[in-house]
Amino acid sequence: MTYKIPVYDINNEHSLSQTPNFNNKNALMKTDMVYQCEITNIVELTESEKLFQLKIINPIEAKIFSFLPGQFVMVEVPGFGEIPVSISGSTSRRGSVALCIRKVGKVTGILHKLKKGTMLGIRGPFGTHFPMKQMKGSNILLIAGGLGIAPLRAPIYWINEHRSDFENVHILYGVKTPEQILFDFQFDSWRKIYNYDIHVIVENSDKSWQGKTGLITDLFKDISIDVKNTYAIVCGPPAMFKFVCDYLNKQGLAMNQMFISLERRMHCGMGKCCRCMVGSTFTCVDGPVMDFWTVMNLKEAI
Amino acid sequence: MLFKTITKENLRTFITNIIKENQTFAPVVVSTDADNNPIYQFKKVDSFEEIKINYTKSYSSIKNFFLPYKEDLSTFHFNENGWEQKINYRVNPRVLFGVRACDINALIKLDQVLMKGSFPHPYYIARRKNTFIIGLDHEPMADCFCQSLDTNEVVHGFDIFLTDIGPKYFMLINSSKAFNLLKNITIEEVKEEDRENYIKEKNRLASLFKSHVDVTGMANLMDIEFESSVWQKWGDKCLSCGSCAMVCPTCYCYTVCEKINLSLKTASKEKMLYSCNLIDFAEVAGGHNFRPKSSDRLKYRYYHQHRGFVESFDESKCVGCNRCQKACPADINPVEVLRDLRKENIK
Repeated sequence: MTYKIPVYDINNEHSLSQTPNFNNKNALMKTDMVYQCEITNIVELTESEKLFQLKIINPIEAKIFSFLPGQFVMVEVPGFGEIPVSISGSTSRRGSVALCIRKVGKVTGILHKLKKGTMLGIRGPFGTHFPMKQMKGSNILLIAGGLGIAPLRAPIYWINEHRSDFENVHILYGVKTPEQILFDFQFDSWRKIYNYDIHVIVENSDKSWQGKTGLITDLFKDISIDVKNTYAIVCGPPAMFKFVCDYLNKQGLAMNQMFISLERRMHCGMGKCCRCMVGSTFTCVDGPVMDFWTVMNLKEAI
Repeated sequence: MLFKTITKENLRTFITNIIKENQTFAPVVVSTDADNNPIYQFKKVDSFEEIKINYTKSYSSIKNFFLPYKEDLSTFHFNENGWEQKINYRVNPRVLFGVRACDINALIKLDQVLMKGSFPHPYYIARRKNTFIIGLDHEPMADCFCQSLDTNEVVHGFDIFLTDIGPKYFMLINSSKAFNLLKNITIEEVKEEDRENYIKEKNRLASLFKSHVDVTGMANLMDIEFESSVWQKWGDKCLSCGSCAMVCPTCYCYTVCEKINLSLKTASKEKMLYSCNLIDFAEVAGGHNFRPKSSDRLKYRYYHQHRGFVESFDESKCVGCNRCQKACPADINPVEVLRDLRKENIK
């Protein structure tokens, strides 16, 4: 006779012994396990932004890790914290992850002090993506405000690699001051090689600035949009994307042809911690990429 | 599910033996409140006699057996080449005796989030599957409104559930684990009079509810009344202390923080239960707060309970235990908040 409750040892679950694949969302896996990455390169973009190029060390993990433009990873700095960062590079380079990170808080502050060769961890990818395949055959309007250019680099690389799938591509990019412009060293190649139409505008200009001054919506005067066959990808602060999307909607661009990437402070990336909830929607699972219709139907999105 | 009966004497023997061989947690008196009423909590017990079988409700919910206030998600061990991450999901089995229907239904709601669907949570699953749950029916307290949320009855989520029908208990057996354990003791087939007594008792318990709230259509109402002054009224009272979320049987949100050990050789990544009422809950890098006012945050708490959760799982997250009001230093009453929203308090 025994009254002993039998032990259930979760470690015996086969799936738990496998390398976690975060694209296989419904499987039981070690969701707390990070992929170790080496920082292979650090590009100083501005005083407060750096581009970190990471390489996943374990070849199995490098093979499993695949993402789509617009998705994000949780970046782990052991002992300091874990933060959500959108992936800012090409989807086709297996095992390598580019992250554009602004120095704003505790973890990003530490990240900015790190040197090449340091080991970080990542978990992911998480969240929704820009529907690049659905956009096939259309004109693309990429609109970025400030650091919003970082997540747009993933769809830009996608378009570059599938250039024949897309018609005209415009980039409209607005920043506060000229020294905050990111990735301008790539603009010429994007123009020349991939035939992009790129417009940059600065809110507060100085003598060094030769280009346009004003708000991002001023750039709409410089381009013409075929609203029936255009998709917009918008990323920037809430006030900016609301303005931009409202304008485009008035021009006749349907709300479900505009995609926005939202920013929230996720603590898990998996729809568990609730920190990124907007109204009743998890930014980490149902977002960060959503169409404008969905965003406008969310309470407190803006 | 099997339906049997067990005499009170046999139950006593059964529980006594369970306690002997397993870590068992059951309601005991831990203190008294301002009105001299006992405060009950689930604590480890060493004998059946310690258990307050006729307790009202535990001050904290049993969720902390599954979602501890703090737990290590992983540890990092630093070495010359970098670091190594270690994770330990192992949990030892234990028994919870005397769990209320609302608390079992709360666990089922947590199961939806943490066990089913995307990214099942290994820590939660390890704890859930190692916890043997013996439930117990009770007379509702004056402030229990679980009946309004349809959580006063249990259908699954437990191993054994008992209803007092006089000389014996009517017993629902809901797992093979439970069935195997019960082989150690005499249990009886349900007789016609047992069924009659059971239904009578269930009807009696159902008739005792005094607190009710209408939640029909609440999900849409939450949207329609998003700008309502009701949120200001209750939000102004809220002290943003987060006590409600701590005692809530279904609040699961958390924060993650990391600590480097003083030896500088290891670091731990710790998960800590949080509350959406705390001021920095929706703050992002750079300091922008998406919910700066206490009324924004209180509203969001109700919004998640009656709108967000409904959207995901077709039911409210609230189980109607009213622990949040009991714990609230500002006496924010969920029934009154919802009634205000329905404009039922305007005469």
